[in-house]
Amino acid sequence: MRVVIIALAAAALALPAAAEEKPVDLKRAPGLDKVEANCGACHSLDYIMMNSPFPGAALWDAEVTKMIKAFGAPISEADAKTIADYLKQNYGS
Amino acid sequence: MITRRRLLEGAGAGAAIVGYGLTPQTSTAAGFFLPPALPEGTRNTATLDVLAGKKPLIKLSYRPPNYETPIEYFRTAITPNDAFFVRYHLSDIPEVDATSWKVAIGGEGANGQAELTLDDLKAMPAFEVVAVNQCSGNRRGLFQPHVPGVEWGYGAMGCARWKGARLKDVLDKVGLKKEAIEIVFDGADKGVVDKTPDFIKSVPVWKAVEETTLIAYEMNGQPLPHFNGFPARIVIPGWTGTYWMKHVMSIKAVTKPESGFWMNPAYRIPLGKFPLVARFISQETAANTPITEMVVNSLITSHADGANVKAGVPVSVGGIAWDGGYGIRTVEVSTDGKTWSQAALGIDLGRFAFRTFSFNFVPKAKGKQTVMARATNAIGQSQTAELIQNPAGYHHNVMHRVTLNAA
Repeated sequence: MRVVIIALAAAALALPAAAEEKPVDLKRAPGLDKVEANCGACHSLDYIMMNSPFPGAALWDAEVTKMIKAFGAPISEADAKTIADYLKQNYGS
Repeated sequence: MITRRRLLEGAGAGAAIVGYGLTPQTSTAAGFFLPPALPEGTRNTATLDVLAGKKPLIKLSYRPPNYETPIEYFRTAITPNDAFFVRYHLSDIPEVDATSWKVAIGGEGANGQAELTLDDLKAMPAFEVVAVNQCSGNRRGLFQPHVPGVEWGYGAMGCARWKGARLKDVLDKVGLKKEAIEIVFDGADKGVVDKTPDFIKSVPVWKAVEETTLIAYEMNGQPLPHFNGFPARIVIPGWTGTYWMKHVMSIKAVTKPESGFWMNPAYRIPLGKFPLVARFISQETAANTPITEMVVNSLITSHADGANVKAGVPVSVGGIAWDGGYGIRTVEVSTDGKTWSQAALGIDLGRFAFRTFSFNFVPKAKGKQTVMARATNAIGQSQTAELIQNPAGYHHNVMHRVTLNAA
């Protein structure tokens, strides 16, 4: 029991702010690094899986634009295109 | 204001879920119900998961946390605090310290300013209301065609006994100018980047000063859970959850419509599509209006879709019904899709509460047996047979159906 408590305490100290969050494994494909770095900064990546595979290309473009224009995500134009392409390719209809 | 307690509890809760044998990837098999109509990606990523202070709930997103209540908790009129759904828009959610917490009252539409501590609030006359808190987008995941957003199934709702001070009494401490048109709420949560619009909501003054509108510090006789707005949240009975500001930090009276993102374009419904009474006139445009009161609705909770029953043996089906605060008049059940019979209504906890219902029948033949429920409220509004399409996926009140397997 003592070992468990120590292990838990150590794990708790090492965890980032959202302690409950478990890794969300998106499809390994070109652009995933940009998705993780940009999208993942503000929300967990299960949002992407949850909203799939129904969006067509126009809807994924609109979602990326919304994150930048409406929510103020600081994403470069080049990264935004990479992200949108990744989403269309891997989580689109 | 921010402590590490949540962090530690979170780690403890993670250990607890392992103890119950629930692991994220096997939880569908472990028995929670995901409607087949949900997007395929939702069904693949939704899992049972534990937030600090909560029982395992259906996790749709970790950050911000969006967790819905499994359907079996809706067999009673009151939803337990530790099973109550969790919904946030923004990921920076501080744990508020009750001893230093204050809510600021004022705004350019008020005559003065005030600050209230939790003790101040508790020293005011206390009122209770049993009321449903339902996310505007509850059942969004069932829309066909799908619309983007948090893809909720049936469980982005709950009903609790809320206790607190009347918002009207709080506003009386500063006094409203006669020009005041809206009351604006802000909570402690915010976005990760500064440019993300803060979650700020307003209601018309007439709704804010209703006797049932509260600033609540108790939920079912306990302090509010952190994830349901500790130490105090706004309670707007009859209206969708978007207005029920959690961790409320400021309450302002204004003489011009609140113009932030979360009032417009967010949380809008097309004008004229829904049979609603409550209007939010200062926010209406030629095309749309803020969502206001909930539409009449019901849910069969006694049996999961696909549950086994015995042919020739009486079955009691039941569930809950609710609306925007007019009160449930009848719930009817159909077992043939054509004829309808009145269900018995359970305890009446007030016009804003879940109302339980039950109906006994005998499945005559073996095979599939579809049961439908239809609620009607005190002003004659009833549920829809066909989904009312709208861009954001709000107000889903298509009659619920459950198919039983009679053997």
